Amino acid sequence: MITATVWHALLEPWEQGIDRRALAEVVLLGIAGGALGCWIILYHLSYATESLAHGLLPGLVLAALTGLPRVLGGALGLVAAALAIAAAARVPGLGRDTAVAVVVTTLLGLGALLALAPATPAGLSALLFGDVLGATDTDLALAAALAVAVPLALGGLHGRLLAVGFDRTAATALGVRAGAVDAALLLLVAGALLVAVQGLGNLLVIALLVGPAACARALTHRMAPMMGTAALVAIAAGAGGLYLSYYARTAAGASIAAMLVAAYVVATAARVVVRRP
Amino acid sequence: MTDALDLVAVADLAVGYGGAPVLSDVDFAVQAGQRVAVLGPNGGGKTTLFRTLLGELRPVAGTLRRPGRLAVVPQTERSRLDFPVSALDVALMGTLTSLPWWRRPGRADRTRARQALAEVGLAEHADRTFGALSGGQRQRVLVARALVQAAPVLLLDEPYVGLDAPSVELLDRLLGRLAAEGRALLVATHDVEQARRWDRVLCLNRRQIAYGAPDAVLTRPVLEATYGAEIVEVTGDRWVLPAHHHDHG
Repeated sequence: MITATVWHALLEPWEQGIDRRALAEVVLLGIAGGALGCWIILYHLSYATESLAHGLLPGLVLAALTGLPRVLGGALGLVAAALAIAAAARVPGLGRDTAVAVVVTTLLGLGALLALAPATPAGLSALLFGDVLGATDTDLALAAALAVAVPLALGGLHGRLLAVGFDRTAATALGVRAGAVDAALLLLVAGALLVAVQGLGNLLVIALLVGPAACARALTHRMAPMMGTAALVAIAAGAGGLYLSYYARTAAGASIAAMLVAAYVVATAARVVVRRP
Repeated sequence: MTDALDLVAVADLAVGYGGAPVLSDVDFAVQAGQRVAVLGPNGGGKTTLFRTLLGELRPVAGTLRRPGRLAVVPQTERSRLDFPVSALDVALMGTLTSLPWWRRPGRADRTRARQALAEVGLAEHADRTFGALSGGQRQRVLVARALVQAAPVLLLDEPYVGLDAPSVELLDRLLGRLAAEGRALLVATHDVEQARRWDRVLCLNRRQIAYGAPDAVLTRPVLEATYGAEIVEVTGDRWVLPAHHHDHG
């Protein structure tokens, strides 16, 4: 009787197609985001990733307002953000990190103003907080492409990513162009952001890319298990977040982010307990 | 004047970073099986010379002949010890010079990397995390990576820094064996006494001060021209350097 009740509680959320699509979306994004996130944290790119996510918001909003595909708008937003950061970094006396902060804050504010303006059609606030329950066929197709492309690319680049991250100077002597590896990684991050931001929103997408990897980093000390663990954590937290959203009637994107934070707290606590003599 | 047996031949070399040369008048040759100590103060041109030999810097004057493949063994402290790599992962990085970017190392590459680790006495530690190894073991892993590159010339950047006496002895024996197998080794070092035991000594201080056999080169005038008049004399014809020369700037 209890078993039947538990099964019913576990399966009920997925009886509606809309939730099954959301689950498929978080599984696909979890595969890509978990694996990629490990390289993001090992390359100390968490802040850069968050900055990129915020920087593409005006592009997303303008695409939504003008009817352009959001992915295209987001990509244009990313290019504009990169150019603005490059220009601001050339201002005498303004350091690169300050330039990033100024440009990203400006773009995020601009995007939020556009998204939340009274004249703006309803629904654009989803760009900020995500709408994983509203995943379209296009969103799922893009997430599936990402789930295939990111592991393939990371597999091909694995040795070079390791060499550059391990010792950037020596990597050059090994025939590895560190700048090209950095650029390839940032392109993957940009692609993942463009796809994942549709479901989790501009403010929460960083949780999917950094949270699972941070958990896995606390639990493992090798790249392959770390990437696998991160993907599993992302998928589990995604599914857990959807359960939470279904039963507690909370926003899906925020619920997934909350589950990711909870997973990180548990993983860190577990590491502390294991290491205690 | 170069010899066909020279693996590395440098004549009237000058190198800069876009402005005036920071290293000039460099003229030496190294043959297979020779161990060359490269002495000089921090900023004296040791790293610039290595980068030039590796092809990262283009000479502004002079000529340079070297084999197509050189391997470098950097200081272990420049590696990220928190990075999740095993000794085998690091040794496998030596295959990157010969693999196209889309190909991962295959079984043959892994076998070669394990053999290289065995050659440096670390077969049992292949799967241990690099950061968990001792300083001497880490240095030998980096030598194994250079061996995987199968390069006839190895450039070692102060490999003895931070090692305890047994590790120095182990590394010394290893480098002696590599030289005996026909490799040429250029070793940046501050250890004058160690340089005395090797085949050649190259002294740099923004220009070449001297090059030749240790007995001919390691004289007080040459060392003073290399390091300034700060050489501390210990006994008779033996010198050591003040501690700050061992710091990395």
